[in-house]
Amino acid sequence: MTAVREEAGAVDTTTYRDAMRDALRDALRDDERVFLMGEDVGRYGGCFAVSMGLLEEFGPERVRDTPLSESAFVGAGIGAALGGLRPIVEIMTVNFSLLALDQIMNNAATLLHMSGGQFNVPLVIRMTTGAGRQLAAQHSHSLEGWYTHIPGIKVLAPATIDDARGMLRPALDDPDPVLIFEHGSLYNASGPLTGEWRTCDIAHAAVRRPGDDVTLLTYGGTLGVTLDAAEALAQHGIDAEVVDLRVLRPLDDATIIDSVARTHRAVVVDEGWRTLSLAAEVSARIMEQAFWELDAPVERVCSAEVPMPYARHLEQAALPQPAAIVAAARRTVGRDG
Amino acid sequence: MPSLGADMDAGTVVEWRVHPGDAVHRGDVVAVIDTDKSDIDAEVFEDGVIGELLVGEGEKVPVGTPLATIVAASAAPATPEVTAPPPAAVPDTTPEAPPRRSRARGARGRVVSPVVRRLARARGVDTTALAGTGAGEVVTRHDVEVARPRALRPLVSPRARALAAREAVDAAALHGTGPNGAVIGADVLSARSAVEAVPTAPRPPRGDSMQQRIASLMERANREIPHYWVTRDIDFSRASSWLSAYNATRPPAERCVAAALLLTATARAAAAVAGFNGHYVDGAYRPADSVELGIVVVVREGGLLVPVLHDAATLTVAETMAQMGDVVRRARSGHLRSSEVAQPTISVSNLGDQGADEVLAVIYPPQVALVGFGRVRERPWAEGGLLGVRPVVTASLAGDHRVSDGHQASRLLAAIDDALQHPESLEEVTP
Repeated sequence: MTAVREEAGAVDTTTYRDAMRDALRDALRDDERVFLMGEDVGRYGGCFAVSMGLLEEFGPERVRDTPLSESAFVGAGIGAALGGLRPIVEIMTVNFSLLALDQIMNNAATLLHMSGGQFNVPLVIRMTTGAGRQLAAQHSHSLEGWYTHIPGIKVLAPATIDDARGMLRPALDDPDPVLIFEHGSLYNASGPLTGEWRTCDIAHAAVRRPGDDVTLLTYGGTLGVTLDAAEALAQHGIDAEVVDLRVLRPLDDATIIDSVARTHRAVVVDEGWRTLSLAAEVSARIMEQAFWELDAPVERVCSAEVPMPYARHLEQAALPQPAAIVAAARRTVGRDG
Repeated sequence: MPSLGADMDAGTVVEWRVHPGDAVHRGDVVAVIDTDKSDIDAEVFEDGVIGELLVGEGEKVPVGTPLATIVAASAAPATPEVTAPPPAAVPDTTPEAPPRRSRARGARGRVVSPVVRRLARARGVDTTALAGTGAGEVVTRHDVEVARPRALRPLVSPRARALAAREAVDAAALHGTGPNGAVIGADVLSARSAVEAVPTAPRPPRGDSMQQRIASLMERANREIPHYWVTRDIDFSRASSWLSAYNATRPPAERCVAAALLLTATARAAAAVAGFNGHYVDGAYRPADSVELGIVVVVREGGLLVPVLHDAATLTVAETMAQMGDVVRRARSGHLRSSEVAQPTISVSNLGDQGADEVLAVIYPPQVALVGFGRVRERPWAEGGLLGVRPVVTASLAGDHRVSDGHQASRLLAAIDDALQHPESLEEVTP
């Protein structure tokens, strides 16, 4: 029903989870080469219920439960992609993806290069990332930044419902491996689905809130707190621009630099740990490309450098919060008094 | 370049009164500065020896630009430069004068814990220069954390550096509004526009420029200050009688005029009644400790000047008379000293000489009040059921409603009235 109403062009309210599922359904329906595989994606409907009902709709050939071996099923996905299919591999959470890091980095990311350009690997890997749900230190980390280090893959972080709905198609169309990081705190987010998802690209960052005084750069699960911080800053008379990076590799330098060159100040908000984080990379690029536009040192607001605590108050204390973002932004404009 | 008024962005060195190698003492006049309003004698605020003159005669530079270097008299010749004269508006990022004043302590010096010492070293903070807030005035970690590190060089943002290079502005000399007082791009742009707004040559006719500046200040006053006005007719007969008796026994040079009584009464009232003596800055009223009484003076070439009587509430009427005569004369001849045009905390406009009956004035921002006096004139006056003719002066107060109200204003005018009913009290030093 949802899909029918959307096709009529109406703005509809949905959830991030449903938007993801609709994207998967479209992909499975539109291209016979597409199939979904991963732990519990079939009968259980996915650990986060994203693929609920797809097994019944498309059958076990297209929606495949796999054994508990990330290395094996990611490797199988790479093989299927090399063989001409368009696999979508779901890894339950980012921490488990480390078991498949050998496949992702040593095979998926390198084969085009090592085959002298003969073999693309048109593989899409989806995984859940991030904290905020009291899942403690083994299921809560934000390791997107690690993957952005690897040449040969693209890394996406849909933070809005439109991006959840729209990023899968261009990811499947891409001839090379694409990793999609879905922040676990977003699945229940509901809101309007605009038409934007139909023209979604995987090349550009997006300005989610225009402003003139300071640029807040973020992605994924921290877009919400960053927008909250921007509203709080407005109360202080500071007009913050919020840039959603969206595509973490390759970074859209042009949008980042264009914004910072206008505001002359930047705060990078990143749920990853600070040291050698994606925030560090963004900060370095600003320094390299917009140094002479800066009126203040680039600030970073990242997670505390501890394994993510289980206790709710400790977990919240470890994560980037609006107050810390506001304080950092105020420091950049010299109003921290 | 000292700031010689809230509306001054730049000034021209008309004449140097010192040369490199001259010994100077605090208060000496070192240069004559043209502010568009007037030529002002700029004083020095340090003792020392003039090192180098950095700005030539006829050069116009933004406020905050170092004019000369002063070498500490006692220091070795290699002592680094300090800026001079350091006015209120000097950027706080200018190099500080070494040696830093270290607080005199016992022979053993102060105990600084290893962790505090390490933190201070890492942050470039000199613990001997800090006032300790710990037990026994020990310097704590927090003291170091909140201390501003030694500025090894002025903080200038990358953007400000790039703009300054393009615009040929000395960014390091500007007043910074960025993080930690850093000079940022906007500071360079506003300094540039300040210089552009006032071309150095040919020098514009002073009257026109002053008129423009007064116009812009008054526009700002009308835009920002919610004015209100209160007036009070004051029986001036006792004051007149006192003046006649006072002057009868004195040679002409020591005689007093009515304006001196009015100024003395106003200064003391402003010190006694809260809400009128101070500045409204950054959204808040900041009362002043002393009454810096501005006297609105009409300059013959046209325009107004507001020289200042320092700490006017502590002056006797005779002292007020002497100082008033001096600064008004020098204001009209263009020889005010820089300390005499510093920002007044309250101003008085006396239009009695011009024949006006009362004055409903506009406040000079960032001040929050202006007291006006009309001419002393004979008026029918009823008192105790009897009608008579007495000399009367109408006092008025323009107040800033963000700071005070008509009730307080009435009390201030009543205090002026009361003082004028007891003119002999103005002969004495205030307690």
